Amino acid sequence: MKQERAMIIVGAGEAGTAAAVALRQGGWPGRVILIGSEATLPYERPPLSKGLLTEGEDSGPKFLITAQRLRELAIDYLAGVNVLSIDRATNTVSLQGGELLAYERLLLATGARPRTLGVPVDPECRMVTLRTYADAVAIRQTLRPGCGVVVIGGGFIGLEVAASAVSRGASVTVLEAGPRLLMRAVPASIAERIKAKHLDAGVRIELDATVAGIEAVEEQSLVSLADGRSFPADLVLVGVGAVPNVELAQAAGLAIEKGIAASDTLATSDPDIFTAGDCCSFPHRLYGERVRLEVWRNAWQQGAIAAANMLGLGSAYESVPWFWSDQYDETLQIAGIYSNSDAAVNRDLGDKGQICFYLAPGGRLVAACGFGSLATISKDIRIAETMIGRRMRPDPDALANPAIAIKSLAS
Amino acid sequence: MTKIGEWVEVCTSDAIAPEEAMRFSQGERSFAIIRSLEGNFFAIDGHCSHEKVHLADGIVDGNIIECPKHFGTFDYRTGEARALPACVDLRRYEIKVDSNVVFIKI
Ligand SMILES: Cc1cc2nc3c(=O)[nH]c(=O)nc-3n(C[C@H](O)[C@H](O)[C@H](O)COP(=O)(O)OP(=O)(O)OC[C@H]3O[C@@H](n4cnc5c(N)ncnc54)[C@H](O)[C@@H]3O)c2cc1C
Ligand code: FES
Repeated sequence: MKQERAMIIVGAGEAGTAAAVALRQGGWPGRVILIGSEATLPYERPPLSKGLLTEGEDSGPKFLITAQRLRELAIDYLAGVNVLSIDRATNTVSLQGGELLAYERLLLATGARPRTLGVPVDPECRMVTLRTYADAVAIRQTLRPGCGVVVIGGGFIGLEVAASAVSRGASVTVLEAGPRLLMRAVPASIAERIKAKHLDAGVRIELDATVAGIEAVEEQSLVSLADGRSFPADLVLVGVGAVPNVELAQAAGLAIEKGIAASDTLATSDPDIFTAGDCCSFPHRLYGERVRLEVWRNAWQQGAIAAANMLGLGSAYESVPWFWSDQYDETLQIAGIYSNSDAAVNRDLGDKGQICFYLAPGGRLVAACGFGSLATISKDIRIAETMIGRRMRPDPDALANPAIAIKSLAS
Repeated sequence: MTKIGEWVEVCTSDAIAPEEAMRFSQGERSFAIIRSLEGNFFAIDGHCSHEKVHLADGIVDGNIIECPKHFGTFDYRTGEARALPACVDLRRYEIKVDSNVVFIKI
């Protein structure tokens, strides 16, 4: 008997799970098979570097969906299973264990994995990266008052772990290779505010600190820098970015460019195969270039759009990129993407925070980055997001003037 | 002490502008009081069902209030979760306006 072809999703993260639900909501009557290499129910990653490290030992992951809901939606969830290869000639995937499954359409939502350091590391060292719930539990178990943590990389994940660790009483040092924190992610003035928060909390920050190697010395790990300094640690967290999981797609001969290359409808170079989330790159209409995003909202929105397009809808993904990070009691939100050629306009909200707007040559608003309390910045970033999507050209003087409501510039 | 099911005074009706929300707390409990564009008042649980973030700082648009943290949305007339990542409904509470004073039944 010929096997019924299913909608198959590889990767049960934010993107894959959203797609599975959206396939049902979009009316697909056949099988939906969601396959993920992790053994738990799908869960949210953002809390891994935040609340999960500071909460009690018994707090578990924040699940994206319940087992009951998966049953109600008749989604077959294969947990703890790796997809090993794709055969595009027969529209099948092969699973670890040897099983073959036939697909009508396939979604690759394989996410990303932590980048490795690329310097000699003694295998005896307690060095960890953070991507999964299991990683977070391992980190949480080590965080005791007085324990020494060295964080390599002053990016978002490194800084969030630093904040969580210091609040658990650990003594924390952040080593950043660049001349300042969050070099590509936020403007210098906001990076300064974030740095000040960390220093106040007792985190030590070393800039221009290039790691040369890590050795095990007695019970500890010794991180040495190119300039000869060294830092002992009970735990070394490496947070130096992520690389997309493209190998499965690459081995199947799909086009790869910055990630699994998709069209704006998230179809890969094979019209039966779609991709979404951290693993995929796509041309963004607002920015006129191919981008790959590693942000949570993008992942689930793309999952939903890819599902609709697997059902034949053909809608383009053109949402404004949006990201947040928590730093102590304050929040950072970024809408849009900016580059060095864009002009920065600063809106100083005093002690309460700051928003930096970016205007492309010609005056179009392309990004806004805010730092401060949620109540201070979130509404304005939300309105800025709408303005970016509408390609508006707001008056820079008005943007800079805190006495003028951003809302009044949006119509 | 307020008892369950009692009407409690919130504010005068001009204290909330149309399409705005206000935070109202009673002891441990907190509510979001919303005024629609048409001028009607509604009340739901104050905190988002995704994380403990107060909805009164969110944007009110049509029948929707949007969480300021990750933009989950709720229909403020019913408390129903409408957009991810919010997927658990909130409770709604009865509201009445009497001589320009807004009351909530909690
Ligand atoms: C610690 C941490 C904190 C973060 N904080 C924020 C934040 O504050 N704000 C924000 O906007 N974003 C944040 N992010 C980013 C956000 O979590 C990601 O953008 C999002 O999880 C991407 O979802 P995804 O579904 O594309 O990939 P993933 O969530 O990575 O899911 C992919 C899944 O596919 C599985 N998989 C891969 N290959 C295979 C295979 N061959 N077979 C079977 N399964 C496979 C993987 O094991 C994984 O479970 C954070 C990420 C991390 C790690
Ligand atoms: S806290 Fe409200 S959507 Fe996340």
